[in-house]
Amino acid sequence: MEQSKFRVIGKNTEKMESISRPSLTYWKDAWRRMKGNRIAFFSLILIVLYIILAVVGPYMNEFDYTSTNVDKMNYFITSPQFKDMELIESIKDMFQTGHYFGTDEIGRDLWTRVWMGARVSLAIGFIATIINTIVGSIVGGISGYYGGRVDSIIMRIVDVLYGIPYMIVAILIMVVLGAGVTSLIIALVLVGWIGSARFVRGEVLKLKEQEFVEAAKVLGVKDRTIIAKHIIPNIMGLIITNLTMAVPRAIFAEAFLSYIGLGIAPPGCSWGVLAKAGVKLMRIHPYQLFIPAFFISTTMLALNLIGDGMRDALDPKLRNE
Amino acid sequence: MKKYIIKRVFISLITILVLVSVVFALVRLIPGDPFASEKMTPEIKANLERYYGFDKPLIVQYFTYLKNLVTGNLGYSMFYPNLRVNDIIASAFPYSFDLGMRALSMAISFGLILGIVAALNRGKVLDFTCVLIAIIGTSMPDFIIGATLQYFFGIKWGLLPVAQYKGISYTILPSIALGFYTLALVSRVMRANMIETIQQDYIKTAKSKGISKLRVIIKHQIRNAIMPVITILGPIVAALLTGTFVIESIFAIPGMGRHYVQSIQNLDYTIILGMTVFYGSFLVVANMIVDLLYGIVDPRIRVSGE
Repeated sequence: MEQSKFRVIGKNTEKMESISRPSLTYWKDAWRRMKGNRIAFFSLILIVLYIILAVVGPYMNEFDYTSTNVDKMNYFITSPQFKDMELIESIKDMFQTGHYFGTDEIGRDLWTRVWMGARVSLAIGFIATIINTIVGSIVGGISGYYGGRVDSIIMRIVDVLYGIPYMIVAILIMVVLGAGVTSLIIALVLVGWIGSARFVRGEVLKLKEQEFVEAAKVLGVKDRTIIAKHIIPNIMGLIITNLTMAVPRAIFAEAFLSYIGLGIAPPGCSWGVLAKAGVKLMRIHPYQLFIPAFFISTTMLALNLIGDGMRDALDPKLRNE
Repeated sequence: MKKYIIKRVFISLITILVLVSVVFALVRLIPGDPFASEKMTPEIKANLERYYGFDKPLIVQYFTYLKNLVTGNLGYSMFYPNLRVNDIIASAFPYSFDLGMRALSMAISFGLILGIVAALNRGKVLDFTCVLIAIIGTSMPDFIIGATLQYFFGIKWGLLPVAQYKGISYTILPSIALGFYTLALVSRVMRANMIETIQQDYIKTAKSKGISKLRVIIKHQIRNAIMPVITILGPIVAALLTGTFVIESIFAIPGMGRHYVQSIQNLDYTIILGMTVFYGSFLVVANMIVDLLYGIVDPRIRVSGE
């Protein structure tokens, strides 16, 4: 190496101290990693697509989700009138009538019903889970943070309630309240908050012992501020991950309850109701089962994958991997 | 250990008592008159109410119910007045138990194998396949798996019987449908545990001692990884139990789940009450046994529990 090849290009003292890249907050960093996780990101797009279709889908053809049509019962590409046609041709024909997914046993448009059902299933999944998480976080947070007698009383109650099987209580509450969206949400909240309360309490107990909380206490920070500024931001990621994992469970619970005849009463519909109707006709018209089954399964799959992705993205320990 | 067992049994007893009380209160809250019918005269109604003890104050009814429970009497059906809940359970439970056991053993053995194979081939195609099966299993509701299996194996290909429960070939489809979720869960947990143990120091020690690879895997890795699977046995039993509700309905198996769903659809309150109490107590006891088992297997649990 010859020395002449190198020269000093000057020193800019101001520039040396400047931060060359935008600073990343925890959430920005998590989002960046989430985007890097292709499977989780694709799942997220799929769920957003389903939500959009749940909103606009029912208006995409002229049919109403309750109006029947006796001339077009069980209409699909497997119907007799398409017997001699090519598959592509029959799909084209079916699309021209506006029945993208065909019709059910009393001639109701399945496309409209699937997306009306999506509204109910997704709304129940998200609303029940969010209420669960809020109630559970408040109870678990109080119990974990204050400890002592409050904690032991709450935890004894939670221990007993946790031992009672989830589905059985949900079934009973549905029997008492009757079918409907509101009673489904109430049933799922009543049995669901216990899990998140236990989980949040555990996390708060761990955090409470950490030095930064102790330091804040020594400095005379009020409890309320400690909870709002130190505890909550630190467990937010875990709570959100937990929430994402709980949504598919709630969607499953709705489908299950509707399936055994307790969820949504006709003429309303949800994915569970559609699947139940489909199972009845499975021998002759399997598409009526497989269409709602496809949407239930892909939604649960995508939400599980998003949850997995979020767990990885929000875990600071995995940050540099 | 004794203290731990006593505490655990005590909590379980309280849980069952709370369950019974909650269920009793809920069933009494159900709106509507169970005897409402066009032919009902006031005298018959009064007789029926006396037969079921509804003419007495609620608190008396509650204690009568508790007393009957202790003696093992779960009451009579309201739909079929001579049918006792005990008889239903006695005739239907063996089917459900058989189905549940088949599903459980299938799920645990295949789940463990899948998890072990996946962990040993981490990052390869085999691992990916196992993970895929696990994801599908946790994402597909059991009634969809059941109906799909029934459609392809039973109707389309005609390989296996579609319904009823009369022999080995009849049990295959419902067991798979019921156990698939559990299989997925077990394989997931097993895979994670196996991967965790690989990084442990004792594995390095064992390897450096010159023990054969197979022996390290069997004696050191699998043996340590298999323990935590016991912790998910509680949720597994619960999942299998609720799974029987739909699987038995789909495959027309005369088990408890089908009776339960039917009584819900008939609104036969006494059967709902009796069977719920039975199911609930069964699960609470199962959970307790799992907890105690885990306390025996892992001493750290019972120390922290005391």
